[in-house]
Amino acid sequence: MPEANWPPYRHMINYLIRRVLYAIPILLGVNVITFGLFFFVNTPDDMARMQLGQKRVTEESVRKWKEERGYDRPLFVNSTAQGIGKVTDTIFFTKSVKMFAFDFGRAEADGRDIGHEIRSRMWPSFAIALPVFVVGMLTYITLALLMAFFRGGYIDFAGVILCVVAMSISGLFYIIGGQYLISKLWNLVPISGYGEGLTAWKFLVLPVVIGIIAGVGASARWYRTIFLEEINRDYVRTARAKGLSELRVLFKHVLHNAMIPILTGAVVAIPLLFLGSLITESFFAIPGLGSYTIDAINNQDFAVVRAMVFLGSVLYIIGLILTDISYTIADPRVRLQ
Amino acid sequence: MFQIRRLAHPGLHSPIFGLMGEYIVGLKEFGQQMQEAAKHLPAGTYLDLKKFPLEGARTLDRYTYRIKLRGKYPQFVYWLAMPFFAPVPEEAHRFYSQSGMTEGKNLTLDWYPVGTGPYMLTVNDPNRMMVMERNPNFAGEPYPVDGETGDAEAGLLGDAGKPMPFIDKVIFSLEKESIPYWNKFLQGYYDFSGISSDTFDQVVQFTGAGDIALTEDIQKRGIALQTSVATSTMYMGFNMLDPVVGGRSERARKLRHAISVALDFEEMISIFRNGRGVAAQGPIPPGIFGYRDGREGMNSYVYDWVDGRPKRKPVAYAQQLLAEAGYPNGREASSGKPLVIYFDGTMVGAEGKSRADWLVKQFAKINLQLVVRSTDFNRFQEKVRKGTAQLFFFGWNADYPDPENFLFMFHGPQSRALKNGENAANYTNAEYDRLFERVRAMDNGRERQALIDRMIEILRFDAPWAWGLHPQDFTLAHAWVFNRKPNKMANNNLKYQRIDAHLREAMRAQWNSPVIWLLLAALAALVLALIPAVLSYRRRERAGGKLAAL
Repeated sequence: MPEANWPPYRHMINYLIRRVLYAIPILLGVNVITFGLFFFVNTPDDMARMQLGQKRVTEESVRKWKEERGYDRPLFVNSTAQGIGKVTDTIFFTKSVKMFAFDFGRAEADGRDIGHEIRSRMWPSFAIALPVFVVGMLTYITLALLMAFFRGGYIDFAGVILCVVAMSISGLFYIIGGQYLISKLWNLVPISGYGEGLTAWKFLVLPVVIGIIAGVGASARWYRTIFLEEINRDYVRTARAKGLSELRVLFKHVLHNAMIPILTGAVVAIPLLFLGSLITESFFAIPGLGSYTIDAINNQDFAVVRAMVFLGSVLYIIGLILTDISYTIADPRVRLQ
Repeated sequence: MFQIRRLAHPGLHSPIFGLMGEYIVGLKEFGQQMQEAAKHLPAGTYLDLKKFPLEGARTLDRYTYRIKLRGKYPQFVYWLAMPFFAPVPEEAHRFYSQSGMTEGKNLTLDWYPVGTGPYMLTVNDPNRMMVMERNPNFAGEPYPVDGETGDAEAGLLGDAGKPMPFIDKVIFSLEKESIPYWNKFLQGYYDFSGISSDTFDQVVQFTGAGDIALTEDIQKRGIALQTSVATSTMYMGFNMLDPVVGGRSERARKLRHAISVALDFEEMISIFRNGRGVAAQGPIPPGIFGYRDGREGMNSYVYDWVDGRPKRKPVAYAQQLLAEAGYPNGREASSGKPLVIYFDGTMVGAEGKSRADWLVKQFAKINLQLVVRSTDFNRFQEKVRKGTAQLFFFGWNADYPDPENFLFMFHGPQSRALKNGENAANYTNAEYDRLFERVRAMDNGRERQALIDRMIEILRFDAPWAWGLHPQDFTLAHAWVFNRKPNKMANNNLKYQRIDAHLREAMRAQWNSPVIWLLLAALAALVLALIPAVLSYRRRERAGGKLAAL
């Protein structure tokens, strides 16, 4: 069958296969850069000394540590090996190849299985990031539509000023101020911590509320700009002329037609929700993935660093593909080819 | 006995295997046999540690064992009290050695430990919390009936003879940030707390006589303060291999003395540690045998005894020493060039910058130019390891309460640059080394003290370190905590402590009752703010409707 006559789903599958194949060199490139940057700052000897401690570390113990973990090989090219071994018998190859099968190996610091750690730590991160994302999106879009509705009026004017003020304040201020006000002065929820199952809600309320408030300024203002562009289009005038209520015009027609720029920023972030937020998790003592990478960098734990960078890249690529797919759902005129 | 064999396990990398191999008869050879055996074992096969003989460690009966050492090593008993020698049952080791325990499951002995102590680790999630619960199979141990002087008056013997532990469940929570940690302590959700620099002034005040007291607000909460000097020494090391500040020539020694006098560690403690520290007179911290207090413990090369306490010698004296060293007014007498000293360290962040500025100021007092070469931790360590750093800051926490654990850092054969040892200053002195070899194997007593005094005197004279400070730890505890006494060496003091849980609950309820009306007021304000918007919307809709009708 000629390509022009393919059904739409076949175009999409073809497109997705191509995007997945594109991802391989991208991931390889990310891996090379991570590897290069890490070993530009740290040597395998540094890693060994960091893991073995600062006291009574002998050259012999450093040598053994490297030998057991395969860090006694050359970094990129093994000039002493023969044939393909010049490339495969290197730290880069031996440490990178398994990651493409999502086998992240063990952490250098404590020998724990990285895959297991990621699987157990991603849920607390997700438990905060998901409500912040969903409730936040609803809140920001609603506020932006309201400002668009009252455009030019004092409510719009006050909203824009508040948005500019809100986005000018550091996220850290919201966290510290929120903890002080809501937890210390009003004693409504715990300042920090995390619980399993149903007990988790009381710990999640504050970081979620603060997460939403911290993002309201920039997001509501951005969405307001998008909606204002749409609100003067002909189809909006037609909808009003039909006698539709302004709410219906905004929430049905304007919102629907403004979805492409909204999806561009939003869908790509969905897979990354699992990776968490460093500052939020740190201040609220949430045992998520946010601090896992930073701790690994501080501990010079290359195994965890490369796994997290790789995972971040994979999730970002997935987010971009999902964004493309979401375009076709939001706008039937968009076709993936 | 099995744990001693485990020290030699090739897969465990015990950091003390090398040291213990020098002392425990046959351990080094045992380790070599293990290495060989491990090489020939197929992957995933259990390495049986009991297959090979170990002459130096034998079990005599169910409750007795004998360890045979090469030579005399009094410090060995301290090693026995450390986690390295914590007994591990062979069946536990065998269980966790099974293939597939780590991959995908993370079942390891360090994560799920096995032991016989008063508590068992029932939740081990260091990224969130660790929970220890009373071990129902604990053999039992009564609370001590005797204590040190003052313990009875401090109420520490009130539970004498009662069975321990007193607390059923202990929860350790991870707080990465000091602000929420401190606030939760004030709310009573943590029983103990340290004091961060940010909150120090809210908590502690110094009286006119220089004594430490808690602020009124903290006292009202019934919080108690305990202070203790850590068995640690922070110092500035001179690289003795360096051609300018190193060596034992009179010129270099006077330069080191001049710098030691100019470096005002009392000021450093005041500025950067909120007064939490004691300026050091030598390498041995208080609480360790060999430390001398008062006038006889004073470093007379840097201090004078004034009004019953040591007082740092004046800057003019340091300048005089500098001139005698051949650097009058901070310049080389022969060429007139300014003397430039290099300090290596990891001075990162705002505090690192402040510390660097402070150091430069100290050297400027005697007209010396200090260049701070800040680098990352790895490169800094490498410089010290290669002996290319000139001046550096280091610290040492005692492994065990014996002076040997501090004096060995000046032992020539343990030079960092030459032998990869712990002597980071690369100091060497034949007389000192000779005395050290004697002192390390002696029992505490007058003779040992006399030799240590002589060694300290040699060190003060040669000045391979500017004797920095011994940190002071401040700990706060709520009124419901009992039997808490600082101990810088022991990690097993949880079993002695007692909590009045009823008092804790009452205080928590009193301090943390929710303020609902403020929340309701905030919500009401929000609703009021929305009313004009709703009215405006309705007005517009009505106007739109009329327009459509027309």
